[in-house]
Amino acid sequence: MEKFNKLSGHAIPLRITNVDTDMIIPKQFLKTIKRTGLGEFLFYELRYDQDGNKISSFALNQEQYKDASILIAGKNFGCGSSREHAPWSIADYGIKCIIAPSYADIFYNNCFKNGILPIILDEATVSRLQDTSDSILNFNIDLEKQNITFLENNEKKEISFEIDPAKKKCLLEGLDDIGLTLNKVASIGHFEEDQENEIPWLYGNKLK
Amino acid sequence: MSTPKTIYDKIWESHIVDTNDDGTTILYIDRHLVHEVTSPQAFEGLRLSGRKVRRPEFTLATADHNVPTADRDKGIADPDSKLQVETLEMNAKENNITYLPMTDKRQGIVHIVGPEQGFTQPGMTIVCGDSHTSTHGAFGALAWGIGTSEVEHTLATQTLVQTKAKNMCIKITGKVIEGVTAKDIVLAIIRKIGTAGGTGYVIEYTGEAIRNLSMEGRMTVCNMSIEAGARAGLISPDEKTCEYLRGRPLAPKGEVFEDAVNYWKSLATDEGAHYDSVVEVKADEIIPQITWGTSPEDVVSIDGFVPDPEIEKNADKKKSIERALDYMGLEPNMPVNEIKIDKVFIGSCTNGRIEDLRAVSQIAKGRKVEKGVHAMIVPGSGLVKEQAEKEGLDKIFIEAGFDWRDPGCSMCLAMNADKLQPQERCASTSNRNFEGRQGRGGRTHLMSPQMAAAAAIRGKLTDFRDL
Ligand code: SF4
Repeated sequence: MEKFNKLSGHAIPLRITNVDTDMIIPKQFLKTIKRTGLGEFLFYELRYDQDGNKISSFALNQEQYKDASILIAGKNFGCGSSREHAPWSIADYGIKCIIAPSYADIFYNNCFKNGILPIILDEATVSRLQDTSDSILNFNIDLEKQNITFLENNEKKEISFEIDPAKKKCLLEGLDDIGLTLNKVASIGHFEEDQENEIPWLYGNKLK
Repeated sequence: MSTPKTIYDKIWESHIVDTNDDGTTILYIDRHLVHEVTSPQAFEGLRLSGRKVRRPEFTLATADHNVPTADRDKGIADPDSKLQVETLEMNAKENNITYLPMTDKRQGIVHIVGPEQGFTQPGMTIVCGDSHTSTHGAFGALAWGIGTSEVEHTLATQTLVQTKAKNMCIKITGKVIEGVTAKDIVLAIIRKIGTAGGTGYVIEYTGEAIRNLSMEGRMTVCNMSIEAGARAGLISPDEKTCEYLRGRPLAPKGEVFEDAVNYWKSLATDEGAHYDSVVEVKADEIIPQITWGTSPEDVVSIDGFVPDPEIEKNADKKKSIERALDYMGLEPNMPVNEIKIDKVFIGSCTNGRIEDLRAVSQIAKGRKVEKGVHAMIVPGSGLVKEQAEKEGLDKIFIEAGFDWRDPGCSMCLAMNADKLQPQERCASTSNRNFEGRQGRGGRTHLMSPQMAAAAAIRGKLTDFRDL
């Protein structure tokens, strides 16, 4: 899995609450059988009109956010479907960190599988960061130290964030989850033996 | 005596395989449903790492999102959809997983197929790369949606690495008034707690009104747990649960069935068990509900009005109401029963079961779909379709001017050819009214099958009890 340690970059403000996964990546792009190449379709229906022209008022289309690698979003970000195409398209576009007051569970979880750091901050701080994102060229994000630093009016600012230690480790080390679980394959085997003794009808039944 | 436990606590504890150093739990997964959209990259991952499917017999695959709901014999016209479905078929074959193809009458929406086949049983852990996996919670199973990385993890290890959620109890006290359905109950719940209300929780639905629901109705309620922010929602099993399962192809048989019943009933939440949060809703205060906006929490009663952003004090909320009204093409303060519609969609894993179709037929019988309205009925599975036709419901539908289709997800997410045109307005029995969900620019109002049928007849949103 992809690692995340430090990141330094520009941030795009997205001032919409309850951004759902249909908005992040509309269904017509879910027909792929690959993980890559979805970045160009990120926020497709907000980015392009019905004739495929860019909608200039949308932040992703604005020159100053061209190389942004951070997204500052509204609360309950990523609600809706479980599609991992959502974090795939975000990562493929080049965004490696999201800052929002809250996330939907499945999306939050999916981020960690794809090297994206979803930071949670209170609403007031998120909205302040959205307002300053135009003038601040560089947000420095340090996962190890759990902080965001930036220069504002020549003054160094620091905001720290909380994160679950297990999730932090997973991002810092870019661990292969499946490999780790397979190290415990003996426990899985024992579990199955015990379960088959106790609930035998779960075993050996298959649709014809 | 040991501490009283919730059904969630019991299922969780009985599936712990191991605990990792970081405090996460390796949880055993009893059953895995697979569909074409969220699985190809998982199978590819296995191939690249040279890993095998650990328990193919615990896995069931079918195609539902991309399949056409008319002219099946012609196959799938869209080349990308076709490739995705063929990829699933090939992956299933290669890994010895049972696959129900489009030509099999048991094919349908995964969340309808699982219960029908008895694949879903109380006490199981069930996952699927699909957020509405919560549907299976109606049986007292712990069932939740996962991403593709976790689909791969499940295929390879038959486990998932998890952290335990908190327990929430939503109690629907008393009896509902006549004509109020499971869909109205769940919309009323989401209206009350919001789309993030259940985040971090597993919801258990309790109370007289829930007990009184059929298994179909319970599935409708658990289905929309995800719209309430919870990954899973469940209902303790009872007599109805066991009776539904008796005789299903994958249910235990003979004496073993009785052993299973004893085990299933032992899973019900113990008296005095602790919940981290309790929400109560009075059943008799619910009347038919509809959504007016672009979030499933934008719910109002059918005798209500479109909200006015001017009276909203919270700036964020005000903005999101304005955005929703603009997208939906609605004026503040208009009565919702004056909203005219162009299309009707009856189906989906929320309301595509036989009971739903029977309810629709009651409304459709002897009436006609309003001129200019296109109303489609898409059964949730081939077996639902067969049963409906056995009962002659298809004739009632066709006679009334409804379009009777083949099973699949269809216009619930509009990934196949069934979709809304920009600005078209739809009365839908599905579960999501997000912008563009049923087609770019399309406007969705969520409601019960009875209400959607009534909208088809009147050409506008209507309290079906007034027909
Ligand atoms: S019917 Fe709709 S919600 Fe249900 S699985 Fe299909 S697309 Fe998802």
